[in-house]
Amino acid sequence: MANKIDRVPVREQDPKVRATNFEEVCYGYNAEEAQLEASRCLNCKKPRCVDSCPVGIKIPAFIHQVLEGDFKASYDTISEDSSLPAICGRVCPQETQCEGSCILGVKGQSVSIGKLERFVADYAREHESAESKHPLIDKQGIKVAVIGSGPAGLACASDLAKLGYSVTIFESLHKAGGVLTYGIPEFRLPKKAVVEKEIQKLLDLGIKIETDVFVGRTVTIDDLMDKEGFNAVFVGTGAGLPLFLGIPGENLNGVFSANEYLTRNNLMQAFSKESDTPIFQAKKVCVVGGGNVAMDAARTALRLGAEVTIVYRRSEKELPARAEEIHHAKEEGINFQLLTNPVEVLGDENGWVKGIRCIRMELGEPDESGRRSPVPIPDSEFDIEADALIVALGTKINRLIADTTPGLGTDRKGRLLTEQTATTRKGVFAGGDVVTGAATVILAMGEGRKAAAAIDEYLKGYGAS
Amino acid sequence: MFKIIDKKQLTPLIYSLEVEAPRIAKSAKPGQFLIVRPTENGERVPLTICDYNAEKGTVRIVVQIAGVSSNKICMMNVGDFLCDVAGPLGKPSEFMDISYEELKNKRYLFVAGGVGAAPVYPQAMYLHKAGAHVDVIIGARNKDLIIMEDEMKVACSNLYICTDDGSKGEKGVVTLLMERLGNNYDMCVAIGPMIMMKFATLTAKKLNLPITVSLNTLMVDGTGMCGACRVSVAGKTMFACVDGPEFNGYDVDFDEAMRRQTLYRKQEQQANEAAGLVLKR
Repeated sequence: MANKIDRVPVREQDPKVRATNFEEVCYGYNAEEAQLEASRCLNCKKPRCVDSCPVGIKIPAFIHQVLEGDFKASYDTISEDSSLPAICGRVCPQETQCEGSCILGVKGQSVSIGKLERFVADYAREHESAESKHPLIDKQGIKVAVIGSGPAGLACASDLAKLGYSVTIFESLHKAGGVLTYGIPEFRLPKKAVVEKEIQKLLDLGIKIETDVFVGRTVTIDDLMDKEGFNAVFVGTGAGLPLFLGIPGENLNGVFSANEYLTRNNLMQAFSKESDTPIFQAKKVCVVGGGNVAMDAARTALRLGAEVTIVYRRSEKELPARAEEIHHAKEEGINFQLLTNPVEVLGDENGWVKGIRCIRMELGEPDESGRRSPVPIPDSEFDIEADALIVALGTKINRLIADTTPGLGTDRKGRLLTEQTATTRKGVFAGGDVVTGAATVILAMGEGRKAAAAIDEYLKGYGAS
Repeated sequence: MFKIIDKKQLTPLIYSLEVEAPRIAKSAKPGQFLIVRPTENGERVPLTICDYNAEKGTVRIVVQIAGVSSNKICMMNVGDFLCDVAGPLGKPSEFMDISYEELKNKRYLFVAGGVGAAPVYPQAMYLHKAGAHVDVIIGARNKDLIIMEDEMKVACSNLYICTDDGSKGEKGVVTLLMERLGNNYDMCVAIGPMIMMKFATLTAKKLNLPITVSLNTLMVDGTGMCGACRVSVAGKTMFACVDGPEFNGYDVDFDEAMRRQTLYRKQEQQANEAAGLVLKR
């Protein structure tokens, strides 16, 4: 039945050209390409791809609808399980999830599920009339506060609004979207065309978004519940505090967290002449880390005119970034120093970065994560010339909400303790990175939706419904 | 959007703006700060809170023109809207945890450098009302940078003023006055330019006087997310925005903090020139 052709290649911006602009790298499939790619799906009886999707999207079903040309139906199928398909189609680590378990991938190339998801979502967005699919059930008067407007908060708010609750999202920054707005660059996730459209959909559902509200400081959860009449609260504040290396020279001029570097460029639009926010004009940049954020920072620095080297302590196989990002970074001319770890940031006499002292590593015994842990090779230090170091080692949780909300339990890492998304505080639910620690957009989105269902269950005792 | 409802020019370079921000007016405490973004393409500028009125729902900010962004804020008028005002950010001053009973027996010396008088004001007022003894020194390069003299008089027992050129008050720097006043206090609080706080700390050390300083570092989000504001305090890296902005002056690496403030100086100068902004230094 299935068409035994090679994976349909996806059109992309030329690497040389895109290295100098911030426009989206991947153009995505058109309808014809999508249908051809969809024809490769074996429509397995026991689809392993569905089991490997964190939110269990009915993948063979939506792909079959693409094949039949019923893109609208396909979108509805995806929407049953995902509220942000245009985003997840672009940023999910498909090779370790759906595509990683596709049976076609055993001997050849898996079905390009991510690209198909993206096509369906983009098609729906470009062809949709005013959305009126969800008749609003009137539960006005029952108010839910959603804290944080990242993937978890957006998904939770959307489901709650569709159930008829009156939802207000509180966002500390001046723009909604969380990591989708400040973290992931334009060239991977367009803001106006994709992220802002998703947020507009929420506004169209009647959701209020209050920016510039840093819950814990501007207002507390107690205030929201006791004084402002919110009947339930969802905490989706993520894991936003950057980790640093803790090596000498880390506070020299020219050392940045990836969060800072990316926020300046994405949220504050520092790359644009119109923006008043400066970004450091480096000539040679070192990025330490091997995840998506490291790739994003490296490729941003490249686009701002720097020569860029990624330093990562394990080998290529262990790079945690999406395969596509690593591939794109290499195509664009990013250098990789693998099995290498910085030990000191070197400064000039005025305290500006002039180089990074690194040490070579080798892989030893597996650690508790199952990955072989890197061990320094004695006397293998060497220097890399650089005028900037961007640290992309991951993030941890801001404890402000926990510290300012009596009765909210956390573990030692500051992660909120939850049982089926309910925290230890009555009426307060949580999901996403603030519960799991730094993870993926799709997981956060999935948890946000679970929390919405739990909040609905919890609120059934309230008002007339 | 945050409406400007009152504006006063305090000196040729310093303006006071009263802004509608009801949530912040309710929650602001002495020691905290705000982030203001004047326009859609504007920077997020960390500013101190000078005063707040919960009933009226307003906060007052005092801004000195120091570059393109602060100039944008100062050139806005009554009826205009600031794009964003976020806060209050940072931890409230430590003395907020001390009971009124205990504060009654305490003696505080505030040292304000230039526009630093603005954040000193709510702190001095709070302590003064709580019954503590409060003395305030305001120092600046010249009389055009001395602000809030009248308001400060009612927030303390003794107000001392000095200028580098003697154009107002005593001629000399704040540390001279500090030395003369001596160790007659339980605590000193210095807020102003980093260099002033550095020397105020050195003087306090000499006098064996504990000192708190409020660090005006570079910042982007002001919520702990970026780390642009990191400072070395007692050998440990801290974020001024969430761990501060107030720290024990003895522990702060001021030289590093001053160096880190110069990170974008070249770009700032270019931006000032492009905007035709001439700043007298």
